Amino acid sequence: MSLMVAARPPILEEIDRARRSTGRRHRLTFAATWVVIMLLIGAAIYATGNRDTDWIASFGPFILGGAGITVVVSVLSIMLAVVLALLGALGRLSSNSVINGLASFYVSLVRGTPLLVQIYFIYFSLPALGIILPAIEAGVLALGFNYGAYMTEIFRAGIQAVPRGQREAAEALGMPEGLVQRRIVLPQATRIVIPAIGNDFIAMIKDSALVSLIGVQELFWRAGTTGRPARNTLEAFIIAALVYWALTIVFSFFQERLEKRMARGDR
Amino acid sequence: MVALGDVVVRATGIEKYFGEHHVLRGIDLEVRKHETVMLVGRSGSGKTTMLRCLNFLEEPTVGAVEIDGVRVEADPLHARSRRHQEQIRQIRLRAGMLFQDFNLFPHMTVLQNCIEAPTRVRRIPKDQAVATAERFLDKVGLTEKRDEHPARLSGGQKQRVAIARALCMEPQVLMFDEPTSALDPELVGEVLKTMEELAHEGSTMIVVTHEMSFAREAADRVIFMDDGLIVEEGPPEQVLDAPREERTQQFLRRFLRDASA
Repeated sequence: MSLMVAARPPILEEIDRARRSTGRRHRLTFAATWVVIMLLIGAAIYATGNRDTDWIASFGPFILGGAGITVVVSVLSIMLAVVLALLGALGRLSSNSVINGLASFYVSLVRGTPLLVQIYFIYFSLPALGIILPAIEAGVLALGFNYGAYMTEIFRAGIQAVPRGQREAAEALGMPEGLVQRRIVLPQATRIVIPAIGNDFIAMIKDSALVSLIGVQELFWRAGTTGRPARNTLEAFIIAALVYWALTIVFSFFQERLEKRMARGDR
Repeated sequence: MVALGDVVVRATGIEKYFGEHHVLRGIDLEVRKHETVMLVGRSGSGKTTMLRCLNFLEEPTVGAVEIDGVRVEADPLHARSRRHQEQIRQIRLRAGMLFQDFNLFPHMTVLQNCIEAPTRVRRIPKDQAVATAERFLDKVGLTEKRDEHPARLSGGQKQRVAIARALCMEPQVLMFDEPTSALDPELVGEVLKTMEELAHEGSTMIVVTHEMSFAREAADRVIFMDDGLIVEEGPPEQVLDAPREERTQQFLRRFLRDASA
């Protein structure tokens, strides 16, 4: 290697400068597009005369308060879903035909019926069997069960994506099956599925609106209950939509950071 | 060289089918303590499958393997049975395996790679396992990498860590499956040097390799396989320099031509 540092040719500086200014221009136009669209929508609504700022001031905070319940329901549900998905995936990959059958049955049943039916069944039908659950518990159970089935396939793909050699190396070291799975395969599979879990979590935030139908007083329930009687549905549902949107943006941001952090260990 | 001891590895009548394909057609192999045996032959000759049958990464269709007094018979019909799997595990505890693509655990540091099996399988206290790991990492010259993740290492370093990881289980025999085939040419030497040291110190080793000059240097015995059978075996100067069998001669002629090309 030469000890002399060659002077950086001026053309490189110019390329850098040009690239920076293109980037800046691009970001600016991009943001401007968003602002213009939102202003247009706002102006259109304004022009129709549907603007009840008094109503927004008195009920807005109540609707916003539902966001907390939405987040709690979503977080609890995704945690349940992850546990079920892990068990489901191990079951689907098991050579034990009973366990395998059980896991396949779960996935097939849940994926074959509408989420709304599942929510209603757990809240309105289980009491006929003597199982009575409060609304939030019933909602979390239904969402967790539903997403767990879809995520079973994600986990299964993640486990199968861990290179075969990893399992072989662990087995060659004399590790019994349980250890191979717990210490070698699953930690690597987890990294693979994290982006997909993040996606599902964001989808879950939005699907959690369905539990309003069994009376969970989350974001969407609050918008509907306050907006409809007063005929302020426009304001109410715009607020709800904006809050869902904001929540998904916030969680997407965290998801991206998490992915970057996990990728760092690998390279 | 250390004088050879008792038989440590004994494989008898090993046959292996992949579907209808008869890959191993009856192989007997004995390896004695301190001996270094190299399996050579063209790709598809069955040498890698043979090595993988020794610790049941491939279940042989027929035959039996005995390592350090633990004997396991091929049992393809009950391969997943708990009893058979436990027997296989006992064999694996006695045989360290090195792979072409290293297979270090990417989510663990070098040190964690080395102490994982000793602490969790052998249940050796952690400080003791760490001391052993540091000794073997020093031996392969990678003490300063102990807290790095495998992704930060070169191929040659990875394979040397894999060797240290295998040694930490104190196996009776080390089995190498083309340990330098995935390496850039300039990294091959460091791995072969480590292996040569092990051979000279009296480790028992079975090596599948394409490195003929390495086989000549470090092997006590060379086995030439072709079409699922052992065609010729003996000391390297005999098998590699004065082969008796036509097929061995052919293989070596082609090998030399390819090497000089």
